[in-house]
Amino acid sequence: MSMGELLPLMILCSSLIPGLIIFALSEEQHRLRSGLNMVGAVAKLLLVAGLIWGVYQEQVFEARWTLAPGLDFVLHVDALSVLFVSLSTLLWLVTTVYAIGYLEDSPDRSRFFGFFSLCVTATVGLAMAGNLFTFVVFYEALTLATYPLVAHKGTPEAVRGARIYLGYTLAGGLLLLIGAVWLRTLAGPLEFSEGGILGDIPGLDPDNLRWIFLLLMAGLGVKAALFPLHGWLPRAMVAPAPVSALLHAVAVVKAGAFGIVRVVYDVYGVEFSAHLGVLVPLGMLAAFTIVYGSVRALSQDHLKKRLAYSTVSQVSYIALGASILGPLATIGGVVHLVHQGIMKITLFFAAGNYAETLGVHRVSEMDGIGRRMPATTLAFTVAALGMIGLPPVAGFISKWYLGLGALEASQGIWVIPVLVASSLLNAAYFLPILYRAWFMPQRDWPRQMHIGYRGETLPSLQWPPVITATLALLVGGLAAAPFSPLEWVELIALREYRL
Amino acid sequence: MGSSPLLYAVTGALIFGIGLLASLRDEALLARIIAINISGVGVFLMLVSFAYRGFELAPDPIPHALVLTGIVVAVAASGLALALEKRLAELPKSKTHKEDSP
Amino acid sequence: MSTILIVVVIVPLLASLTCLMLPRLSDRLSLGTGLVQLITGGLLIQSLASGISHFHELGGWSPGLGIALRADALAGALVLLCAIVSLAATVYARRYFTCVETRYRFWPLWWLLSTAIYALLLSADLFNLYVTLELLGLSAAALCTIGAAKTEALRSALRYLMLGLVGSLLFLAGVSMVYAEYGTLSLMALAGQIAQTPATLVALLLLSSGLLVKCALVPLHFWLPAAHGSAPAPVSAVLSALVVKVAFYLLLRLWFELFSPVMTSLFATLIGGLGAIAVIWGSLRALTAARLKLLAAYSTLSQMGYLFVFIPVLAALPDEETRQLGFGALVLFALSHGIAKAALFLGIGVIQLQVGHDRIDQLAGSAQRFPIAFFAIGLAGVALVGLPPSGAFLAKWSLISNSLLTGQWWWMVVTLTGTLLAAAYFIRVLGAGFVTLGPEAPVKGVGVSLQAPALVLACLATFGLGLGAASLWDVLAMGSAGGQL
Repeated sequence: MSMGELLPLMILCSSLIPGLIIFALSEEQHRLRSGLNMVGAVAKLLLVAGLIWGVYQEQVFEARWTLAPGLDFVLHVDALSVLFVSLSTLLWLVTTVYAIGYLEDSPDRSRFFGFFSLCVTATVGLAMAGNLFTFVVFYEALTLATYPLVAHKGTPEAVRGARIYLGYTLAGGLLLLIGAVWLRTLAGPLEFSEGGILGDIPGLDPDNLRWIFLLLMAGLGVKAALFPLHGWLPRAMVAPAPVSALLHAVAVVKAGAFGIVRVVYDVYGVEFSAHLGVLVPLGMLAAFTIVYGSVRALSQDHLKKRLAYSTVSQVSYIALGASILGPLATIGGVVHLVHQGIMKITLFFAAGNYAETLGVHRVSEMDGIGRRMPATTLAFTVAALGMIGLPPVAGFISKWYLGLGALEASQGIWVIPVLVASSLLNAAYFLPILYRAWFMPQRDWPRQMHIGYRGETLPSLQWPPVITATLALLVGGLAAAPFSPLEWVELIALREYRL
Repeated sequence: MGSSPLLYAVTGALIFGIGLLASLRDEALLARIIAINISGVGVFLMLVSFAYRGFELAPDPIPHALVLTGIVVAVAASGLALALEKRLAELPKSKTHKEDSP
Repeated sequence: MSTILIVVVIVPLLASLTCLMLPRLSDRLSLGTGLVQLITGGLLIQSLASGISHFHELGGWSPGLGIALRADALAGALVLLCAIVSLAATVYARRYFTCVETRYRFWPLWWLLSTAIYALLLSADLFNLYVTLELLGLSAAALCTIGAAKTEALRSALRYLMLGLVGSLLFLAGVSMVYAEYGTLSLMALAGQIAQTPATLVALLLLSSGLLVKCALVPLHFWLPAAHGSAPAPVSAVLSALVVKVAFYLLLRLWFELFSPVMTSLFATLIGGLGAIAVIWGSLRALTAARLKLLAAYSTLSQMGYLFVFIPVLAALPDEETRQLGFGALVLFALSHGIAKAALFLGIGVIQLQVGHDRIDQLAGSAQRFPIAFFAIGLAGVALVGLPPSGAFLAKWSLISNSLLTGQWWWMVVTLTGTLLAAAYFIRVLGAGFVTLGPEAPVKGVGVSLQAPALVLACLATFGLGLGAASLWDVLAMGSAGGQL
């Protein structure tokens, strides 16, 4: 086996194997469990570093396994995969640290961390999937691995939320399956390739292709929380904070958005999609979801719910970027995959800290919380400002390129008002939180966590949001540096448009 | 095939059909066991009639062998059914709430 | 090499007799027999992989007089399935039946059932098939009553026996019609001769309806849920995984090898339609079932339905090659269901044994108390619903793809609806099991040896069959069943 075959498999195994071992551990072996988790996460990070270097050198990473005649299971790494793989790997490491602190002394941790690792394995596999079939496999696997995480607390409310989540995502998975099988019977193996494959196949009926596009988008739209398929997301908020963080920033929601990018660019091809006329409806829907999510977020007093609706809105930037023809919009959309991830995970870490340390779940309880927990609140502030789109935080870069792309595209001018409206709405639901946190008089907290020393909370809870907030500042401020997400996405855009 | 073996075969088929219907319709277990046996006899009759190869010729031995085996199987099956029914009758009569049975 | 066929049939028969005579040895002997069967099954499929099919006449008697055995790739695959499932169930049964007396009565019947299954898979003669069918029905019904103290269990066993007898009689009547028309009962001799005559049609109808009773295809299904739902767990596992499956195997043989000149597309569509009803109806009943085992039994109804949905799709495929691939998918589906359903029943049995019941609304805490068994149930669910990476997923992918290829999109709709419903009833189980009991509830563990067989089978169905499916196609592509399809 060559390195090109081995590396993708090793990247999968670096979370799969620790996950499987963790299932077999007893509850008491928590040192071993944490150790395994950390070893896996660090190993994965190192392997991904090798991968980045290799892909930059235009080395080919591909592992292929025939499941049935004509049906191959393919792991293939291209620039877009690398982007998503590195995002999930990095954030998995941070979230693992966070989760170890968060779940200290709670029951069923072996089950939790086992499925947590499986969830990352599925996400990384999805990122490296080399054809639509493999993508569907990991897409479903992700659904299954996240269900026990959402239901983890075992309260009737959690089980109900998880059931709704599973109902939505399985139904979406089936739609995706129909689309994939149908397209497979028309167009062959559907290996992802930069610039798309369908445009080069003669004799395809455009009407069929439009129907299939609808099916695929409906299937992916469930996880990407496109309106009206977003209903599960606010309800899945019952999950523990690290799960919400991972779900919103990396795993589930991103899997849907990533799938949309894959289908538009690497299956249909963005120019061919524009030719079929399927991009405009997708863009309209994404734009509507952006505004709708923000409007709903305004009225939520529950902090995690407000963040959830904010996710509904923010993730649709990615679909919006994919639906505007032109490299600049592509850059804006794809880079938001990373930027939104880093910012949103910070927000959820902070929300988790508030809930764990002070029992604060609602925006109306957050008065003066900045003085009690300055580090966490500072991280929250940076991420929130980034979400609004303030430079130099990462979110600004995404919105800037989306705007430029809209101006560049022939019929994209309508996107500008959407971007403006969305930013104003973002400000309207984030700034009041910041005002309360920093400027309102401090009040009594619902409960106080016993920490045992002077500090705002446990170190393993305090540091992850600080780190990710710093990261959000760095990727925004140093966007022009080599190997920054922006630079990398420009490379992707060049390859997608065959420039 | 001459007319008399055909007659036997048709009779056999009729007995088979009657037995089958009775075995599905009747409620009493013993009656159903008997009905299944009758139905089996119908099939055996059909098989025996198929063994006829002509007035002068010896009959085909294979169907006979089959019928013999079939009779053994039928006896064994009836025995098991009766044994089960006996055990059922010996059990204390519980209030049979039919749980989810269609 | 063809002597291996004798070994496959004779070993469980000897085991059965020995267990009857030397009950003290039976626990250890059974474990050994299970292992031997697994090895023999592996050797058999190994020797068939080169595309040969085996044929053996017992005692040198010519076909038509003596007993002939034969195996092709299809039979080999099913023999291996049976060996795997029965080994797992054997290991399990050693712990499941805690009472020694019960085990002593259980083992002889258990191996008799195995004998019947293997003999049925390998018989090359219609009358032998009838005898093995009867043997199967009798030993299965007797096994249902092991350890049964309730009237309901006995009554459903009795009903199972009666319907089995009716099915066998229908089959026998069909056999006699075939003999009347063609003067032979050897499958190989018949294969080329079948022509479209009225008597042949009657024979086909009789044989098919007899077997359809045993396969529990709607509307002949009514006996199955009660019988499978009230038998002891290892028996339920084998009934659902293997016994209905071998009856279906026989149907495949008849429809695609013997009676292919008589099979019309109308007949295939009719069968597929009944299968579709079974898929939907079985799933709906599973969704509302109050007990886990009943849920699993209804799930068997609906999963058997898929096998029949394959028939019209396969029949409509235009060229030989795609049809062989589709046939492979059908076999993969059957294997996948067999292993996963056995895992499900064994997993349920653990919970039932410990908690004393299997009511779904009182499952709270089982995910904590029986982590391995519950994980196995979940994994079996993945394979039964047909989610990746299970073998059933590949099979369903092929089914959907082929129904689109042949323009019969309605089979796709049935498949997907059934899949969603199956997901719904498994979500119900998982949801019930994941509810925690609260800190005061006692958390006591269960032995690994009782839980492990279910987990191994579930992993095999979900990962093994999915990732290793390519080799199955290699074997089947050379098999005669696919070839003559």
